[in-house]
Amino acid sequence: MYQAIVFLPLLGFLIVGLFGTSLGAKASEYITSGFLVIAAILSWVAFFQVGFGESEVFTVPVLRFIDSGSLQADWALRIDTLTVVMLVVVNTVSALVHIYSIGYMHHDPHRPRFFAYLSLFTFAMLMLVTADNLVQMFFGWEGVGLASYLLIGFWYKKPSANAAAIKAFVVNRVGDFGFILGIFGVFVLFGSVSFDAIFATAASYAPVEGAHEATAAVFNFLGYELDRGAALTVICLLLFMGAMGKSAQVPLHTWLPDAMEGPTPVSALIHAATMVTAGVFMLARLSPIFELSHTALTVVTFIGALTAFFAATVGLVQNDIKRVIAYSTCSQLGYMFVALGMGFYSAAIFHLFTHAFFKALLFLGSGSVIHAVSDEQDMRKMGGLRKLIPTTYWMMVIGTLALTGVGIPATIIGTAGFFSKDAIIEGSFVGHNPAAGFAFIALVIAAVFTSFYSWRLIFMTFHGKPRATADVMHHVHESPPVMLVPLFILAVGALFAGVIFHDAFIGEGYSEFWKAALYILPENHILHDFHGVPVWVKLAPFAAMILGFGVAYQFYIRSPETPKYLASQHRGLYAFLLNKWYFDELYDFLFVRPAKRLGTFLWKTGDGAVIDGLGPDGISARVVDVTNRVVKLQTGYLYHYAFVMLIGVAALVTWMMLGSTF
Amino acid sequence: MTPELYSSLSLALPELIIAGGALVLLMIGVYSGERANSTVTGLAVAILIGAGAWMLLFGGTGKAFGNVFVSDPFAVFMKVLMLIGSAVTLVMSVGFAKAEKFDKFEYPVLILLSTVGMMLMISANDMITLYLGLELQSLALYVVAAINRDSVRSTEAGLKYFVLGALSSGMLLYGISLVYGYTGHTGFDAIAATLSGADRQLGLVFGLVFVLAGVAFKISAVPFHMWTPDVYEGAPTPVTAFFASAPKMAAMALMVRITMTAFEPIAADWQQIVVFISIASMVLGSFAAIGQKNIKRLMAYSSIGHVGFALVGLAANTETGVRGVAIYMLIYLVMTLGTFAFILAMRRKDGNVEQISDLAGLSTTNPMMATILTILMFSLAGIPPLAGFWAKWYVFLAAINANLYALAIIGVLASVVGAYYYLRIIKIMWFDEPVGGFLPMAGELRLVLGASGAFVLFYVFFGGPVGRVAEAAAKTFF
Repeated sequence: MYQAIVFLPLLGFLIVGLFGTSLGAKASEYITSGFLVIAAILSWVAFFQVGFGESEVFTVPVLRFIDSGSLQADWALRIDTLTVVMLVVVNTVSALVHIYSIGYMHHDPHRPRFFAYLSLFTFAMLMLVTADNLVQMFFGWEGVGLASYLLIGFWYKKPSANAAAIKAFVVNRVGDFGFILGIFGVFVLFGSVSFDAIFATAASYAPVEGAHEATAAVFNFLGYELDRGAALTVICLLLFMGAMGKSAQVPLHTWLPDAMEGPTPVSALIHAATMVTAGVFMLARLSPIFELSHTALTVVTFIGALTAFFAATVGLVQNDIKRVIAYSTCSQLGYMFVALGMGFYSAAIFHLFTHAFFKALLFLGSGSVIHAVSDEQDMRKMGGLRKLIPTTYWMMVIGTLALTGVGIPATIIGTAGFFSKDAIIEGSFVGHNPAAGFAFIALVIAAVFTSFYSWRLIFMTFHGKPRATADVMHHVHESPPVMLVPLFILAVGALFAGVIFHDAFIGEGYSEFWKAALYILPENHILHDFHGVPVWVKLAPFAAMILGFGVAYQFYIRSPETPKYLASQHRGLYAFLLNKWYFDELYDFLFVRPAKRLGTFLWKTGDGAVIDGLGPDGISARVVDVTNRVVKLQTGYLYHYAFVMLIGVAALVTWMMLGSTF
Repeated sequence: MTPELYSSLSLALPELIIAGGALVLLMIGVYSGERANSTVTGLAVAILIGAGAWMLLFGGTGKAFGNVFVSDPFAVFMKVLMLIGSAVTLVMSVGFAKAEKFDKFEYPVLILLSTVGMMLMISANDMITLYLGLELQSLALYVVAAINRDSVRSTEAGLKYFVLGALSSGMLLYGISLVYGYTGHTGFDAIAATLSGADRQLGLVFGLVFVLAGVAFKISAVPFHMWTPDVYEGAPTPVTAFFASAPKMAAMALMVRITMTAFEPIAADWQQIVVFISIASMVLGSFAAIGQKNIKRLMAYSSIGHVGFALVGLAANTETGVRGVAIYMLIYLVMTLGTFAFILAMRRKDGNVEQISDLAGLSTTNPMMATILTILMFSLAGIPPLAGFWAKWYVFLAAINANLYALAIIGVLASVVGAYYYLRIIKIMWFDEPVGGFLPMAGELRLVLGASGAFVLFYVFFGGPVGRVAEAAAKTFF
């Protein structure tokens, strides 16, 4: 069964990738979507078997991957609760996105390629989440990066899409560099890349109370001799660097908003629900290592909180409907990292789980909107669409309710975000690390902003007077059922995933559900503590949500002039936010332009003038010079020829004479 | 008839067959007039084959006529090559003769006479034999070069060749007289015996220089090459094919024999000369060919360059070196004949063409021709695993073994430069816009081109036996 879950998408990719053009678009769509639906159903079966059954962690061997000296890496599927949660998320969203794309990509001439890429991505993501060792995980990690690159640049004739694809790839390289160094470090430290072996040895690295004498150095990093604890921290930070790249955390977040150049279903699948959560998954998977490094967890918390806050502020002023949701994704990923940093892994995965539903819903919903208004993405040119596309409107509202975490505090009535997001905020209040206080404040403020920009999106798009041209408004139409049905399914998840599963993920059923998949130190009591926070802390996210909604209602329904007035009053702040805190400009100045200058120098001067000039070009030019002179020697005059012969004899004779006398 | 004369005559029988045959054919031609051309050509080829076969089957080894004539494995090897060159070029001339009003029966007769001269050159063991053979060969060639007497270019070529040839003969004769003056002998063995005891005399070295200059003229080594491009371009194409093949074999054999026997004791001196003309030939051949537009002229420079490469082996003055020269000449002969078969087939409705630009897009119009010429050009450029690579490999190997590193390095660099113009022909054939194909190839040309291509392509499979034969030939001198 597990082989089928993992390899059906690969099969779909191979069939459609190789024979797609001859099969035709229809067959390609049905093959890939059919396989994915089967895989998704099997994933749910696996989810209930493993999560709510008796089975322990087990591995399904596939083949021997690398066996070189002491480095051994099998290709095996590691099945535990964490894996099946990810299987459900990936395959469900992927199957729905496949189906949705049948409608959304209807006009595109390259549908077989698109569906092949989608299935390739799904396979790579499954490789990542089922990985039994770090090498296999890295394989999946790079595979999703590749598929992401291909899909962002799917419309390769658009220069902006190509630029975005390259940007995503390059920025991810930075993170991957850290990740691969981390893998090397793990191998040096533990002598293995297999999770079982690593986790078994990791316990001996636990900080021992009172053992202050410096232990023997085990690791040399950049010239520093590190003892066990420090080595572990360095490795964790390197691995986290990979996670930052993949999960778009500050300062490696810049590629995610640009990635919206890809088709909207891609944004929903890769850049909201699955790939970007790979970093979260990786940290959760490696919880037995991360749990031992207090420093690394503090950094994770800090970066997560910073990203949550930063992305939320930028989301306030964006006008592109997909970019708003992209920043929202970035921000929500920040929440997950805060939870990881607290050692609250289950909450992070829970939020990952619920977020997949409502964020995919929002993306696919916005895709439906874009589809309706003739591929317009600027919200300033929308408005008043509620009456025309009511189903899409209500789906978007459900997504927004879930994202903002609507629910009644102290009860179990609420949307998915109400359970997962609020748990993280409460967890950050009781967390024991130096960044926890900052994280709590940042997350609450981010919650206000989240609520504000989410409702701003709804109001600007669906309410008010139409701002699109009459021509566009005339063509507005509800999407076909093939696009709406996935929305319904996701909406069900967005509404009820929290209430159904919160007990298992973070509540009473924790240990039966997770079993040994996640590791926390015995002295980590966050699971217990977050229930006992003061009432005002429990009410804080609720209040934040209400406040954000109220402000948005005031700004965009009651007095639409206020935002413009504010923007003109605080021009500097507005520009600062609109330009995304000038991160892109800063990178452009620090990295891109010097790199280009260096490249131009090496190209023009180094390669063009020096190497080519003295090498190939120079030599060939000299050869031509010599040739021209030699050809001129051949005058055609007999006496010249005779003269040359005599000169030749004279030269030889002279040479012989001198040779004999010297 | 004394037994000694009898054995001498039997050793020289192939030469006698050809000489006698030439005279008989002359009579046939005279009495049957213009129509006789194809008959005479056919008989001439038969005579050449017969002489070669007799030599291979019954020819012994030994010295004749009082040590002025020698037959040994090296001579047989080079004579076979030379006879192949003569016979094949005669065969290839048939179609051309018909098409271009070139059907003169004197042509095969002259070829036969020049072949006799070349066989004498190869077998010469005395300065006088050498000179007589060389002159017999040259006189026939002077006439052949100008045989198309209505063409200004052909007569100009013949005249230039004659004047410069006379000059080189004078140098050769002057050199021989100097050598005779300082050693008192004309026989190669006697000269070597005299030199091995004596001190190095400057006058003798002068003689050496002049003798080698005379021979270098025949193999068109720089700086005695100036006639080559003009004659190659001006002479009718079958004549050019002959010039590029058989006389090169004979003159190179003579060069090897004279340095390996008569001047063996003063190897240090002639090695310097050979190195000099070898480098000059390789470099000039490579550079000057780049500027050419006429394919025959290009082949002239190509042959200059290849002679330079072959001399690399001689400069080593070792057994492997001589073996390298022998193999080089064999492979060069095959490649040259194949290439000229192709050039002879460059025919359109309005006659033969010779410009390299006429080859444009040949891969679409005549894919088979283009493919084989591509193989030949790659081989001439020395690209492995084709025959041309092994030819260069053996001579450079010999040079390295003899510690002539500078020579080998310059040779390799020159072959890199030379590769350009061979590759340019390939590029023109495969990547340029077609300018119209050629007429279908005549059967004999097709055969020669195909055989040449196959030899070059599959040489790697039978290179071993060929190498052993060449080694046996080279053993003659060691």
